[in-house]
Amino acid sequence: MSIQIAAEPGTAPPPATPPSARGISRAVMLPRSPKILIGLGVLVFFVLLAIIGPWLAPDDPSATSADLLAGPSGAHWLGTTQAGQDVLSQLLIGARSIVVVGFLAGIIATVLSVVIGVSAGYFGGLVDDLLSMLTNVFLVIPGLPLLIVMDSYLPRGTGSNSLVIALIVSLTGWAFGARVLRAQTLSLRSRDYVASARVIGERRLRIIGTEILPNLIAIVAASFVFTVLYAIGTFVALAFLGVVDPSHWSWGSMLFWAEANNAAQVNAWWWFLPPGISIALLGTSLALLNFGIDEFINPRLRAAGLSRKVARAAGLPRRIRFGLTPVIGRRTGR
Amino acid sequence: MIHLLRRLGFYVLTAWAAVTVNFFIPHLMPGDPVQNLIARQQGKSSPQAVEALRIQLGLTGDQSLWPQYLHYWSQLFHGSLGISTSFFPAPVSTVLGTALPWTITLVGVSTVISFLVGTIVGIIVAWRRGSWMDGVLPVATFFQAVPYFFFALLVLIILGSDLGAFPISGGSDQGVDPGFNWPFISSALYHGFLPMLTIVVSSIAGWILGMRNMMVTTMDEDYVLVAQAKGLPTRRVIGYAARNAVLPNVSGFSLSLSFVVSGALLTEIVFSYPGIGFQLLNAVQAEDFPLLQGIFLVITFAVLAANLFADVVYALLDPRTRQEG
Repeated sequence: MSIQIAAEPGTAPPPATPPSARGISRAVMLPRSPKILIGLGVLVFFVLLAIIGPWLAPDDPSATSADLLAGPSGAHWLGTTQAGQDVLSQLLIGARSIVVVGFLAGIIATVLSVVIGVSAGYFGGLVDDLLSMLTNVFLVIPGLPLLIVMDSYLPRGTGSNSLVIALIVSLTGWAFGARVLRAQTLSLRSRDYVASARVIGERRLRIIGTEILPNLIAIVAASFVFTVLYAIGTFVALAFLGVVDPSHWSWGSMLFWAEANNAAQVNAWWWFLPPGISIALLGTSLALLNFGIDEFINPRLRAAGLSRKVARAAGLPRRIRFGLTPVIGRRTGR
Repeated sequence: MIHLLRRLGFYVLTAWAAVTVNFFIPHLMPGDPVQNLIARQQGKSSPQAVEALRIQLGLTGDQSLWPQYLHYWSQLFHGSLGISTSFFPAPVSTVLGTALPWTITLVGVSTVISFLVGTIVGIIVAWRRGSWMDGVLPVATFFQAVPYFFFALLVLIILGSDLGAFPISGGSDQGVDPGFNWPFISSALYHGFLPMLTIVVSSIAGWILGMRNMMVTTMDEDYVLVAQAKGLPTRRVIGYAARNAVLPNVSGFSLSLSFVVSGALLTEIVFSYPGIGFQLLNAVQAEDFPLLQGIFLVITFAVLAANLFADVVYALLDPRTRQEG
């Protein structure tokens, strides 16, 4: 939602610095704002969980025991399911496929969106018309029903493979990024330094690689984060519906079993709250990252959130309404 | 007018693409889809249903792809989406025909509420930036990051089961006659309240954020400064800025709609709401492929129609689109 708004015509982000070591280092020095720091922190926590989770899990997530539907206790920290399975183990093991599918789909979709968006914006003409049309078609077609149809037709085993899921999810997830990147490439293409590179006679691929792409890094990052968020949401939805084999442990399939066994009706909160809250936290961390990057791309959005202290230090009233938006650098800035 | 015609052309193209994709998916997947189906169902579906599916998918083996494709189109133009295997021998169009009005009403009403409230809150948040109103953003974001169906589950438990304030399943009371009469409408509203609440809360963040970001940018424009400088009342100044800032939100409608529809389908499932989402769950569980594909097409067409509507609104709001061309 927010990335697409940022690139509407007329609100194109302020010109990025021409490519230079400083421009790149700035992009790397991104983690400054509290939004980015918190987002990154939570994200890193979940990625670590995905890596070491299966070793931490106290039990086999599918193993049944005599404690049926028991609340949290010393033996089962997060209680047990209807079949006596350990919820904590399911949660820890389920983290991996969520993170893997999210990031894989994010990477594939981002590559697709860069290739399609940048070529549409840079080459223009018929290429642009065709690629833009393709992008718009994918934007309008509702993704979830299409994915369900595609995944249902796959043979049973294949349909639950993380790589396959990531592939088909990315097929519907690239269009947002491509649209934003096309708009920004269009605006960059007419800048003087790109024109001069063309006049000098640099080859197209080199212009795209060294003049255009470095200035798109922030937008590519924002669209990557957004796509990961989308992929995780979609994967969880597919698993919740039972389209993805429910014996393949993920937070989505945990919710599938909880819903199928009426966990909500029997008030087994320890069963469905942990996966739901984990998904929400992971999603919020990605959304925060996305906002942080948005504010980096368009500093006007950032100035809106001045804290009292910063505003006073800069000698500004706290409520700024018209005419200008102060962009307040941090002490380390300049 | 030319602008609208161009949009219409685009939607026709998209509809064609959706139908074509829908036709080719079963043919491009590895293996024989009918064999896959039989293997997965383990004898759950009757031989007649399997045969019907085979004919419908054109997998009888004696035809090449092109005539099958033409046949598929002619079927569609006759309003036939095939025969449902789980409701055999009911046609898919009949199964969906009863479910569609529920979904369209639910999604339509909650999207309009969400858009209006979200846009207004976005204007206020942008206007009062730097105040406590900034806190609205993170809260709204959190609700957006929560999956629709999980939030629906929580709402169901707290407001439905625990407090017992709202019904926890169905679209209306059993005894009421569906139709344009007050008992039915009030009962439908009562049943639809929780699903609507879920969809509005989960989708509102996008509108708030989009509107706020556009307002922040628009308020820096010269004409807004001039309006303020010549002493117009604040209300009118906000009106000037908001009218211009709302345009991208309207054009962003099409992008968010496919998200909202996906979320609404899941919400229906949690609330056992008798709409398309509930049929979708049935179709997935019964592996009813014709029904699944029919659902995909029907949803796509509905989304396209809604987009066309948004385009008309946009053309009314922004005179520039009417002049170009």
